[in-house]
Amino acid sequence: MHEMALCESLLQLIEAEAQQHGFARVTTVYLEIGELAGVELAALKFCFDVVTKKTVAHNSKLRIVVVPGASWCMPCATQVAVKQRHQPCPHCGSHQLQVVAGDEMKIKELEVV
Amino acid sequence: MCTVCGCSDSHEKHQHHHRPEDGCHHYGKGPARAHAPGISQAKMIQVERDILGKNDEYARANRARLARLGILSINLVSSPGSGKTTLLSRTLNELKAQMPLAVIEGDQETSRDAQRIRQTGVPAVQINTGKGCHLDAHQIGHAVTDLNLSGGEILMIENVGNLVCPAAFDLGEDFKVAILSTTEGEDKPIKYPDMFHAADLLLLNKIDLLPHLDFEIEQCMAFARQVNPGIRILALSASSGEGLDNWYQWLRLARQSKAIGSHQCNESQQANKEKPWPDRY
Repeated sequence: MHEMALCESLLQLIEAEAQQHGFARVTTVYLEIGELAGVELAALKFCFDVVTKKTVAHNSKLRIVVVPGASWCMPCATQVAVKQRHQPCPHCGSHQLQVVAGDEMKIKELEVV
Repeated sequence: MCTVCGCSDSHEKHQHHHRPEDGCHHYGKGPARAHAPGISQAKMIQVERDILGKNDEYARANRARLARLGILSINLVSSPGSGKTTLLSRTLNELKAQMPLAVIEGDQETSRDAQRIRQTGVPAVQINTGKGCHLDAHQIGHAVTDLNLSGGEILMIENVGNLVCPAAFDLGEDFKVAILSTTEGEDKPIKYPDMFHAADLLLLNKIDLLPHLDFEIEQCMAFARQVNPGIRILALSASSGEGLDNWYQWLRLARQSKAIGSHQCNESQQANKEKPWPDRY
């Protein structure tokens, strides 16, 4: 349950942008969250509404793009799709996988007025 | 499609801010107070930043500061009740005569653990996270300042007992060491894959209880390697002392390699007026 802490960091970033760009209100926040980032999206949305109350992002919408997980399989020397960290390579069954995508937690864009 | 502006929304779903209600066309009443054909009144700002970027900045600063002082930092993570504090107290008692040590204790509430650590004579700072479920790099920076370290120490950071959240927060440590006890069930590594994926070393604690438990140690190691093929695993018991020598040896080697290249090491060489390289180089 570190979604609350994530939302607090998110709000800090938004407030810093508000100071820099001089906008009064955020209407939509666009995020990219990886499948392997360990973030519970329902909890994130709930916490976001709580944390942003009476702030520059009050009542703003949260749009989340889920980035699919991908790993590099060392025995196959190829990139494979993985949904969870303990999943084996779908081709050879090996666990010698290195995550190459899907562990990100990024704020991409803000729609502001 | 809206035939006025050509956007793809249906008429019910979007409004034109300049729609006349009083018979006049208002182009300056939208949020942007101006009008550009085909452009939404709201403005997009590109941000492209990591949500945990701030924590990562603090972590980088901690790492650089600890490296300058040649301090080896270990982030101890586990579920509550795995024997972290017992292992830590015993480690401190048995190593304190050989090397300088310091501890940062993280708990939700109380300073009981820090008091327990201070009884060993090793300096300790308690961080109470309150509602927080993990330590973050900013808290560690302040705690390091309070500890007033002189260099060359092993800094043990006992994270909040939690196998989920501390995985995501870099503290600036050199190694994450996960502790798993035999009373917890061998499938913990695949149930909490993020933590075991992030860990450099796994300490399998309470192996003295194995005869009384239905715990397959080989299976547990196989699960850990499923989520992290490179993880090192040491089996030990903090109460009987079995296997602790391997853990101490691991710590000594990690500390030695940390000292190489640190300012602390360079300064002591200068103080001893030693040449940095032997003549034959």
